[in-house]
Amino acid sequence: MRREGAGFVPQILLLPALVGLALLVLPLGALVARVDWSTLWADITAPEALSALVLSLGTGLTATAVCVVLGVPLALVIARSAPRTAGVLRALVTVPLVLPPMVGGIALLYLFGRTSWIGGALAELGIRLPFSTPAVVLAQTFVALPFLVLAVEGALRTSGVGYEQTAASLGAGRWTILRRVTLPLAAPGLVAGIVLCFARAVGEFGATALFAGNAPGVTQTMPLAIYTAFNGAGVTQGSAVALSLLLLVTSIGVLLLVRAWRPETPR
Amino acid sequence: MRRAAGLAALALVALLATGCATTSAGSPATSSPPASPADTLSGDLTVYAAASLKTAFDELASAFEAQHPHVRVLPVVYDGSSTLATQLVEGAPADVYASADEANMATVTDAGLAGDPKLFATNTLVIVTPDGNPAGVAGLADLADEAVSVVVCAPEVPCGAASRTLLSNAGVTVKPASSEQNVTAVLSKVAAGEADAGLVYATDVRGRSDVEAIVPEGADRVVNRYPIVAMKDAANPAVAAAFTAFVVGPHGQAALRELGFGAP
Repeated sequence: MRREGAGFVPQILLLPALVGLALLVLPLGALVARVDWSTLWADITAPEALSALVLSLGTGLTATAVCVVLGVPLALVIARSAPRTAGVLRALVTVPLVLPPMVGGIALLYLFGRTSWIGGALAELGIRLPFSTPAVVLAQTFVALPFLVLAVEGALRTSGVGYEQTAASLGAGRWTILRRVTLPLAAPGLVAGIVLCFARAVGEFGATALFAGNAPGVTQTMPLAIYTAFNGAGVTQGSAVALSLLLLVTSIGVLLLVRAWRPETPR
Repeated sequence: MRRAAGLAALALVALLATGCATTSAGSPATSSPPASPADTLSGDLTVYAAASLKTAFDELASAFEAQHPHVRVLPVVYDGSSTLATQLVEGAPADVYASADEANMATVTDAGLAGDPKLFATNTLVIVTPDGNPAGVAGLADLADEAVSVVVCAPEVPCGAASRTLLSNAGVTVKPASSEQNVTAVLSKVAAGEADAGLVYATDVRGRSDVEAIVPEGADRVVNRYPIVAMKDAANPAVAAAFTAFVVGPHGQAALRELGFGAP
C-alpha cells in the first residue's frame, strides 16, 4: 500500500535514480565528515571568519529588505499588467535569474564602475560604489530580486482580482485594498520569496567577487572567505569548512521554513 | 498598457536610486586630516598586495602599526597582482599597491592612478611537491610527463608569467591540470596532495614542512621584481607614503630578507 504508484516505474530506472541521489547527497556528507567538531566553535568565531559571517548576515538582510521594498511593487505591477506587458516584464525579471552571476558582476561593474558615465557622475559627487559594502548589497540584490518578484507575482496572479473588485465595489480605497486584501492573499508567496531571496543573497559569490572584490571585513562575505581560504590565504581551511557547514545548515533551515509556510507543497 | 509601462520605469528608477542612496549612507569615512611626519600619523591604511607577500606584509603591517600607534592597517587584501590591478583600475579604494611584477604595476601607473613605483624585493621560482614527492619529480623536464599532474599560475599573474619564461627557457612544454589565479592557490593544491607538482615562489615554501621544494635549473635567471606605490587617490596619503617608505627602508628590507626575498 505504501508504495502505490511505484509499480509503474521501470525497475531499471532505479539505478540512475540512485546514482543521481548519491551525487547530490554524498558530497555534502563528505563535507560534514571533514568538520572538526572539537574546533568548530573556535573556527567559526575566529576573527576573520566572524567578520565574514557578520558581513554576510548584514548585507544579506539589507539586500532582502531592498528586494522587498522594490520587488513587491514590481510584482504588483507585473501581476496587474495586460498579459503582453506582463510577459515582457516577467522575461526581463527572469534574465538575471538564469544569467551566470559572474556576468551580472561584470555588468554591474560596467554600469557603476569608474569608467562608466554613471560611475563617473557618482565619483564627481564623491560616491564610489564598486568594491564597497554597498556594492555587496547591490550585487546580492541583483541576483536575489528575481526570486522575490517571481514568487510574489505568481501568488498575486493566482489569487486574481476578484476579491479586490469586491472590496472596491464596497468602497475600499487603493491602499486599503492593498493592505487588507491583496497582500494577505499573497502572503505565502511573499514569505517564500523573502526566504529564497535571503538564501540566494547569502550564497551569492560571482557577482560579488567581480563587482565588490574580496577585501576582508569590507566585501569578503562567507562564500568569498571560503573561496579565499581554499586558495591558501585569508581564513584557515578549518574556518572555511566550518563556514561551509554553517551555510549548509542555513540552507536546510531555509528549506524547512519554506515548507512550513507552504503546507500544500508536497514534502 | 502605457500606465503599466510607466510604473515599471518608475520601479527601475527606484532600484537605481536606492542603489545610490545606500552608497552615500554606507560609504566609510576613512579620510582623516593630513598628518605631518613623525608620530603624528593617524588613520586607517588600506593595502592591496600580491598573494606571495601574505606572510611578509602581515608582519610588516603589525611592525608599522607598532611604530605608529595611531595608525590602523586594515586587513591587507591579498590576491593575484592582475586581479588587484583590475580592481584598482575599476576604482577599488586602496592607499598602497604592491605587485609581484612590473607588468601589473604598469597597468596601474599607466591608468594614471599612481606615480613612481619603487622596487622593494625580488623572488625566484621553485618546483613544489607534496611531502615525500610521490611522483618522483626531480627537475623541470619531469613536469612534461603526462602522468604527473602539475598546477601553475595563470599566465596573466606574475608567478604564471615567470613560470612560462622558466619552462620555455628550459624547452619544456607542460599541460597544467589547472591554471590558478594566484600563487597561494597553487601551493595549497600541492600541499593538499591534489597535484603532484607546481611552480611557486621560493619564499612561499620557506618554513613549510608539508611540502618539498626543488630549485630548478635556470631559476636564478627568471627573477620577479616587486614594486610598491602609494596611490594618487589614497584616502590617507601621508600614511600611504610612510608605509611605502617603511617597506623600502631598512626595517622592511631586513624583514623581507629574513623571509627569503632577494634585494631589489
